[in-house]
Order: sequence, then structure tokens, then C-alpha cells
Amino acid sequence: MAKARAPKETPIRVLIAKPGLDGHDRGAKVVARALRDAGMEVIYAGLRQTPEEIVRAALEEDVDLIGLSILSGAHMALFPRILALLKEHRTSIPVFAGGIIPDEDARRLRKAGIRAIFGPGTSLEEIVTTARSLARRAA
Amino acid sequence: MKGASRLPAAARAIVAGDRRALARTITAVENGDPSADPIVRSLYARSGRAPVVGLTGPLGVGKSSLVNALVGRLRSLGLTVGIIGVDPSSPFTGGSVLGDRIRLERRADDTGVFFRSMASRGAAGGVAEATREVSRLLDAAGFDVILVETVGSGQVDVAIRDIASTSIVVVVPHLGDEVQTLKAGLFEIADIFCVNKVDLPGADIAKRDLAELVLLGGRADGWAPPIVGTSTLNAQGIEELWNDVLAHEKFLDESGERVRGERKRLAGEVVGLARDRVGRELNRRLERDPSLRRLLDDVLARRIDPRTAADQLATGGRRTRGR
Repeated sequence: MAKARAPKETPIRVLIAKPGLDGHDRGAKVVARALRDAGMEVIYAGLRQTPEEIVRAALEEDVDLIGLSILSGAHMALFPRILALLKEHRTSIPVFAGGIIPDEDARRLRKAGIRAIFGPGTSLEEIVTTARSLARRAA
Repeated sequence: MKGASRLPAAARAIVAGDRRALARTITAVENGDPSADPIVRSLYARSGRAPVVGLTGPLGVGKSSLVNALVGRLRSLGLTVGIIGVDPSSPFTGGSVLGDRIRLERRADDTGVFFRSMASRGAAGGVAEATREVSRLLDAAGFDVILVETVGSGQVDVAIRDIASTSIVVVVPHLGDEVQTLKAGLFEIADIFCVNKVDLPGADIAKRDLAELVLLGGRADGWAPPIVGTSTLNAQGIEELWNDVLAHEKFLDESGERVRGERKRLAGEVVGLARDRVGRELNRRLERDPSLRRLLDDVLARRIDPRTAADQLATGGRRTRGR
């Protein structure tokens, strides 16, 4: 860094991805847009990502936060795999999730390390506020 | 590697292929974090080896898909690739959605590809302020080829020229009539013209208009930009596109243009960095020196004019008064 710019608040970088096989990414896009409007830099990785691809992208992009969207029902297989890969890489990037996730599964996923889970009807404001505090606490 | 032991630890890690160290240093460079300073300084000597290929052009012409197709081609040749994809930051919130990654197809375990998305963070010209230094980091990290995808650019987004050794301007059929090709700006910086989505009707007209532009000549270095038709649906023209990049890189070496161009660009960079530094120093003086603060009061009260005040600030006092 040859230019020592004045220190200012740096933007939160967040990866938004959809693991596994589902074709509906409207929700992920709406959340990406809301985080953008909250001043974050959102790396949109899109549909049909494997856990390996998601973790790889998170590390290359050096994100502060990972947001996963899932509607397929495969969350109990895919989310723990992503958490395990992150652990394997010795990183504690916080992960939040949204989609169709039954309460009982959500409890278990929270226990496994997913930091926040948003179901249908969650306000964008709540998602933005939670995302911001997760990223700031991790920093 | 020679001299590697004298590098800072993070720089050593980057050279040794540690992608996490690379990713973190890129963040530090983007954020203007002083921790990146010794790393950037020490790795400069290891850059300047890989061709830096810029892809620019209006939004929606298929730059990200072309990057993906080029990555496929380069990997099949056994070459490693570092990619920077730049997308715009909001002028209102500073936020951005970085979507260039979405087209990238590669095996998740392929360490020969590194993709980094970058927000423009208010910089004009189609790239971010940090893009040049980050492309050097990728170079020092050992990638054989660096690809830089600019913001979907308008007619004057030509800053990629200061970073890339070969600039590809990407267009599609029906972007406009031949008068568009006469305009100054984007079309002037092309080392290669790529007509993407060449399977669409109108591609021949687009190629013909560009051919006429190239025929008119006028480039001081004597290079005539080739025109390549590509389609990423079936990887049509991708091999030709890469061969044209190699031909241009060879031309740069054989004509001496690489050295001439680099010298000019580095002069611009060094002067720019020095100007920033002097600017910061002058701001500091204005804040700290009470007599200089009074200078502003004088300008405000119309007792002296801004140009005279600038003379005095630059010379560090009020000695030039009444010159």
C-alpha cells in the first residue's frame, strides 16, 4: 500500500451463495440488494454452488460474512459440510442462512454454528442489522 | 528464491503460494491499511513478469463469460490465471453487488485459478484505485496470466490502459452505427477488438465497421488491432483471441513499445503517488501552522486571492507576499 489514505470505515464484504440444487434465487437476490443498499460489498456467487466452491470463494474474496440461501430441503446435509470446511481452513467467518428451514432443524443448525437463520417473512431491516453485527463482532 | 529471506513474512507466504495470505493482503491494499505497505513495496521487484490482459466494454456484452472461456483455454494450456473482476460501487451508499464471479466455472480444488471481486469504490475509469497494485500482487504470487475485467464501461472508461499490457475491447452486434467507432475514448484503447455473441445477426456489420476503423490506422505504435469474433456458447474464437493476445505481447517486446509504455505509465504512477503525499503534507501544514490558517481567513475576506495563497502554502510561509 503505497498510499496511506485517511483511515475510514471499510465496507463489510459478504458472500451470498445458494448451495446445492435449487433453482430459485429471488430471495438471495433481494437480500443481496438490501445488503448493498446498507453499504456492504456483496459478492454474489449465485446458484448451484457446492460447499467446496462456497468456502473457496469466501477465502479468496476474504469476506467478513457468508450468507446462504436454501429452499431445497438439503440444509441438514449442506450447511454442516460448509461449517466443517470452514473449520478445516481454520477460519471463523460467521455464517447466516435463510430459506425454508423447519424450526427443529434451525435449532440444530444454530447449535452446529450457523449464527442466524431467517425464515420467510423476516424483514430486510432485521437481516441487515443482524448481518452488520455479526460482521463487526467477527472483525 | 533469491532474496526471499529478506521479504516480510506475509510477502514470503504470498510468493510461496499461500492464497489466504494473498487474499488478506488484497483486502489490506483495498482498505488503505498501512500493514500492506511493506508487502506491496517488497513484492514490486517480483512483478512485471505476467501479461496483464484487460477486458473492457459496455455492460452486458459478455465480459465475465469471456473471462471464463479464457480461463478454460489457459488452464488447458497448463497456465495459471489470476483474475480481478471490478464492479461499480454505489455513489449513494458505497455498497455494491459484485457479480463477475457467477460465470466462473472451475473445479473447486483447482489452485491454478484465483478470482477476486473488487468494488470500484468511487474511482472513475472502470477500475478501482487498488486494481494496479493488486494485479502486481497476483503477478508476484506466480500466476502466469492476469486477467482484469473492468466495470461495464462507458465511452470514457479507459483507465485499464494504465494497468493492462493488452487491452481487449469487447462489443456485440447492434451497439451502434459506424460513427460510434470514430469517437474518441474506448475504441482508441483497443489492442484487440472482440465482437462477442458473434452468433447473433449483425455480427458481420459490427466486424466490418471495426475493420474500417482499424484500416484508417493512426496508432502511433504501428499496431493494427485484430478483430476477433467470439461466442462463449461453444467457445468459438477463444483460441484465436488468446493467440491475438500473445501476438500483441510479442509485438510489445519486439517493437520496444513495452518498455516505452511502461516507462510512461510508471512516471504517471510515481508522480501521482508523490502528489498524494505532497497534498497530505500541505493539508497537515494548513492544520498545524496558525499563520497558514490565517491565510485562509485572508482568502475568505478577499484580501488575497487563492492563487497567491497557494504560492505561499507551497513555499511554506508568507514570504512570497507582494512578489
